[in-house]
Amino acid sequence: MSKTHLELTQVGISFPTPKGPFCALQDVNLKIKQGEFVSLIGHSGCGKSTVLNIVAGLYQATTGGVVLNGREVNEPGPERAVVFQNHSLLPWLSAYQNVELAVKRVFGRSKSRAEMREWIEHNLELVQMGHALHKKPDEISGGMKQRVGIARALAMEPQVLLMDEPFGALDALTRAHLQDSLMDIQAELGNTVIMITHDVDEAVLLSDRIVMMTNGPAASIGEILDVDLPRPRDRLALADNADYNHYRSAVLRFLYEKQRKVEPISAKRSAKSSEKSKTHHVA
Amino acid sequence: MNPAIAIKQKWDTARFGKAEAQALFKALLIPAVGLLLFLGVWHLGAQQVDTSLGQFPGPVEVKEQWNNLLAEHRAENEREAAFYERQDARNEKKLAKDPNAEVRWREHNRRPTFFDQIITSLITVMTGFFLATAIAIPLGICIGLSNTAYRALNPIIQIFKPVSPLAWLPLVTMVVSAVYVSDDPMLAKSFITSVVTVTLCCLWPTMINTAVGVASINQDLQNVSRVLRLGWFTHVKTIVLPSAIPMMFTGLRLSLGIAWMVLIAAEMLAQNPGLGKFVWDEFQNGSSNSLGRICVAVLMIGFIGFLLDRALLLLQSWVNWDKSAVVR
Repeated sequence: MSKTHLELTQVGISFPTPKGPFCALQDVNLKIKQGEFVSLIGHSGCGKSTVLNIVAGLYQATTGGVVLNGREVNEPGPERAVVFQNHSLLPWLSAYQNVELAVKRVFGRSKSRAEMREWIEHNLELVQMGHALHKKPDEISGGMKQRVGIARALAMEPQVLLMDEPFGALDALTRAHLQDSLMDIQAELGNTVIMITHDVDEAVLLSDRIVMMTNGPAASIGEILDVDLPRPRDRLALADNADYNHYRSAVLRFLYEKQRKVEPISAKRSAKSSEKSKTHHVA
Repeated sequence: MNPAIAIKQKWDTARFGKAEAQALFKALLIPAVGLLLFLGVWHLGAQQVDTSLGQFPGPVEVKEQWNNLLAEHRAENEREAAFYERQDARNEKKLAKDPNAEVRWREHNRRPTFFDQIITSLITVMTGFFLATAIAIPLGICIGLSNTAYRALNPIIQIFKPVSPLAWLPLVTMVVSAVYVSDDPMLAKSFITSVVTVTLCCLWPTMINTAVGVASINQDLQNVSRVLRLGWFTHVKTIVLPSAIPMMFTGLRLSLGIAWMVLIAAEMLAQNPGLGKFVWDEFQNGSSNSLGRICVAVLMIGFIGFLLDRALLLLQSWVNWDKSAVVR
């Protein structure tokens, strides 16, 4: 449980642009233990998704590298399942068939037909989608689509579950509901999870550690916060919990004081009138 | 009660609502008015044009020729039936007299009527179109998936796409005569020439649209495929083809439209039986009926082209995964 499971060492990436290479990330170092729930938080454009995509193998790091269980990651694979921000279900397949596509790839040889079927249904029931197995993505709501996306990822029995703002596009009630489901599932299965989020409450509620990223270009890890709240966590009880609020304000302070992205309008105005060129640079 | 009021009330309830009347007006009356206007202009305009083959046919003459063509078709059918009846009777008689007698069964040498020509044209155009589809869709998928293949093939596609069928035809004719040599050809040379010309001309829209459809697949779906490490074949089957279907059908519809247009020209020049040859023969024939018969053929060509397009639309709504998509 305590040994290093996933390790990012000196990870950096730069993209070629007509004006020369653009360095999006640099010096990202992170060690993640088996079964740990890690959130990446930061302002938009700070390279959170890039980190996730590098771990997923969808991007290649320019410098440094990612090691999972002693093996270097350099291509995508089902042992690092991704839950995409906008569900990314194939619209021409039903919920069942979407999960089936993944299960067939991963367990096509090791499981019999009946076992695979049972496994697909089990995973869809795990996310409470057992009632809509044969509905197409167009016929179900956004939250349900995201559930199917999570079921598809879980069904691959991944060593690491990568979630790119999985609940970002959902309304607050659905989001809370899915967060609770995710906590239950993670407690049951003990997956290692890396989740990107914009939502401070979500980060504190779900994570064992919160990785706070600095603003780009050349973004890196600013601070890492250990969230030492007992599990299972209950959102209502935590609302008045002093520790919870302490963690919450720590993250908020990082985002809005240390790594402020947007200048207050009044400050911007005064700066603009005094020194025009500098404002451009800041903005 | 005043009887006048009662009648008025009855009239009000019996009359169907204003909205229905408007819908009916829009759906039926306006197109009908357009059609009538066209017929009127045609009728009046035709009277002004005197050709060497007599006055240009108006709607009435064309309708007459349509009836003639129908009558000719029926007569030919009857002639054929009578021929086989006579032959059967003759052979039966022969066999009754001597069971070992040698009987001969002959094919009736049917003179192709207008309607036979339509069937022949449809067979030719479909052969050419299917051949083109069989080439264009796989190639289009390859071009869409691989940038290298796209760069290699794009100049060729761009150069050959605008070439007129009339320019292809002499070359195709010569090549077919040189390559397709057989003492007892299963298919007529003129048929092959027409088919190849149709194929060459209607290949491009399907190929280009398939390539564009394949190249514009949602990046997220491609990432799903990469994370799952789908094999090439599964990737194409489960992700590429379904996403590209709408674009593919746009291409197919354009292709079929071109194929049908090209076919008429090809049949005229290659002297392959079909509607094109029918038009050409009537033109050469030069009787007072010819122009009317050509007009029937022109309208028929248009109508069949429309039906072909509808058929593809029907196929699309049947094949497409997105049943709610509006196809038009």
